[in-house]
Amino acid sequence: MWYLCMFFHRLLDYRKAEVESLAQLFLDDKDKWSSLEWRIPLHHHPDSPFHYVNLPSEDAARNIANRSILVKGIYEIWGEGGSYEELEESIRSYPDERKLPYLEPGTTFKITVDSFGKVISFQDQNDRIKGFTYIPFKGQVNLKNPDHKFWVMETDDYGSSNGLPPVEGRRIFFGREVGGADRSLLPTYQLKSRNYLGPTAMDAEIAFLMANQALATPGKLVYDPFVGTGSILVAAAHFGAMTMGADIDIRVVRDGRGPDCNVWSNFKQYGLPMPVGLLRADNNLPPWRSGLKEVFDAIICDPPYGVRAGGRKSGGRKLLKGTVDPYTVPDDKRTDHIPSTGAYSLVECVHDLLDLAARMLIMGGRLVFFYPVLREDDNVENHFPEHPCFKLIATSEQILSSRYSRVLLTMVKISPYTEEIAEAARIKHIDFRENHLKWLEDGNLHSAVFSPDPQLTATGDSKLGKEPKPKYRGKYV
Amino acid sequence: MRLLTHNMLSSNIKGVSNRFPLRIEVEKVLEKQGDFNADFLRNMFPKIEWKAFVDAARTIGYADLPEEVDDSSILTSEEFLNKFHHALLELHLEEGALVCPETGRRFPVNKGIPNMLLHEDEV
Ligand SMILES: C[S@@+](CC[C@H](N)C(=O)[O-])C[C@H]1O[C@@H](n2cnc3c(N)ncnc32)[C@H](O)[C@@H]1O
Repeated sequence: MWYLCMFFHRLLDYRKAEVESLAQLFLDDKDKWSSLEWRIPLHHHPDSPFHYVNLPSEDAARNIANRSILVKGIYEIWGEGGSYEELEESIRSYPDERKLPYLEPGTTFKITVDSFGKVISFQDQNDRIKGFTYIPFKGQVNLKNPDHKFWVMETDDYGSSNGLPPVEGRRIFFGREVGGADRSLLPTYQLKSRNYLGPTAMDAEIAFLMANQALATPGKLVYDPFVGTGSILVAAAHFGAMTMGADIDIRVVRDGRGPDCNVWSNFKQYGLPMPVGLLRADNNLPPWRSGLKEVFDAIICDPPYGVRAGGRKSGGRKLLKGTVDPYTVPDDKRTDHIPSTGAYSLVECVHDLLDLAARMLIMGGRLVFFYPVLREDDNVENHFPEHPCFKLIATSEQILSSRYSRVLLTMVKISPYTEEIAEAARIKHIDFRENHLKWLEDGNLHSAVFSPDPQLTATGDSKLGKEPKPKYRGKYV
Repeated sequence: MRLLTHNMLSSNIKGVSNRFPLRIEVEKVLEKQGDFNADFLRNMFPKIEWKAFVDAARTIGYADLPEEVDDSSILTSEEFLNKFHHALLELHLEEGALVCPETGRRFPVNKGIPNMLLHEDEV
């Protein structure tokens, strides 16, 4: 059945991907629904907040909407039209057996008028509600906690502020709400009130979206190899998953800012179960025992790209000096020795991440991570990392500055990690070691992507207007 | 560090061939209650190296695990799942070390966090 899905007008590129992921959690016949059918309402633009989506049942629609972050509401549409006359005709012709159960005496209801892109005065809202006398409501109005919520949603010329092209014609929808996101999560988890914060802690909204892409649910084990302050795992734990994390920086992962301000305390703060494991390890040389594979249901991370949290890996000195003799740590210094680390290029970091995920994810498990891109590049799609074990199923771009974006990639493990793949990865690993300097060049692009772009703040949006490719505000917010 | 983590880790020092299991040096063990999730335990069970797990549990003071579990029908036993849960998730090595079985290199565990980073001459 077709439902109207109204999104919050933000993070446009994440919206459908989130619904499609959640469909995998809540729909029984997963293959059949591996990609959903979508339809744009008449006169609407692909970036409009209104989309029709075909879902098998109301329960599925409700579960998806309630778990989502970006779905303002999913509605069973009783009618739509270009004017209130057309709307009435449309509602009247909607089958009674679909309408009457929600209009019965003894039930409570509420009608809300919502508009996208313009403000409707209180008086006008009331007039519109009074116009629905042709719907035989038999229940009681209850504004606080109604059984049934009805919505009148209008779009008109939504002006310029939201970055969408002008509307060709007015559209009005009338529908019954089936479910919607619980955005009250966001103030609860906002970073501002987070106990232990780092410079690259992941914004709560994005962290929840990542956890949704990863299908975090109770009974699953989710791993973040670049755990930092744990902000991504906090979101996964909120949805009931068991979590595990590693970081190369011992101060970040173990010490924090004291006994009550560290990765553990970020979970405690929200009453979430602690990670089942935290460790200090280098994802370039992960300490997993050989033979261990297919243990994680999902791997979610924001890899160390760039200067703010530039990637480091073990064995810096030896590599950087390019000496033939291995650098030896004097015996008397061994216990307190702080191993030096070398710079970790983006290509190598991504190679290691894919290799880890290919081995350690269960079949069907998901790898969800950020990848930086240069916006000038017209074919970014062609530059996303690939791996024989993975299928890329979603890409969600978020523009960071006039030149750079980051893209949230969601990959599914579709083939097992074979001996051949492991051997190819081992050879590549050695190639990285031996040709360290060659690979480092790539690091620069990515440091730029993940550090603030002073130009943008200086020139404001004026530059963006001249872009040959239209980019909408939603990708900025 | 829970025994789940211990069961996953090895000494990844270059050139070492006997890497697992890491011997546990105990300074301080804590018991903390953890949420029981049978699905999680059943998912984890086939991934566990059982002998290493039983030995590790004994080292940190828990000897109630069966030595042999050849038969996965054991996963229907509530009594077994409770023991498995306790050993896997409720015993924490808070302070101590993990020791490479071949070289004797100590990977310290402080505040429950194993430090698996290698020295320059070990990579
Ligand atoms: C972008 S931050 C991720 C921050 C994290 N999402 C949070 O919530 O705080 C990247 C993290 O990767 C760590 N890191 C850098 N190189 C690493 C490596 N080779 N192995 C593991 N962690 C590494 C850094 O110490 C940093 O904490």
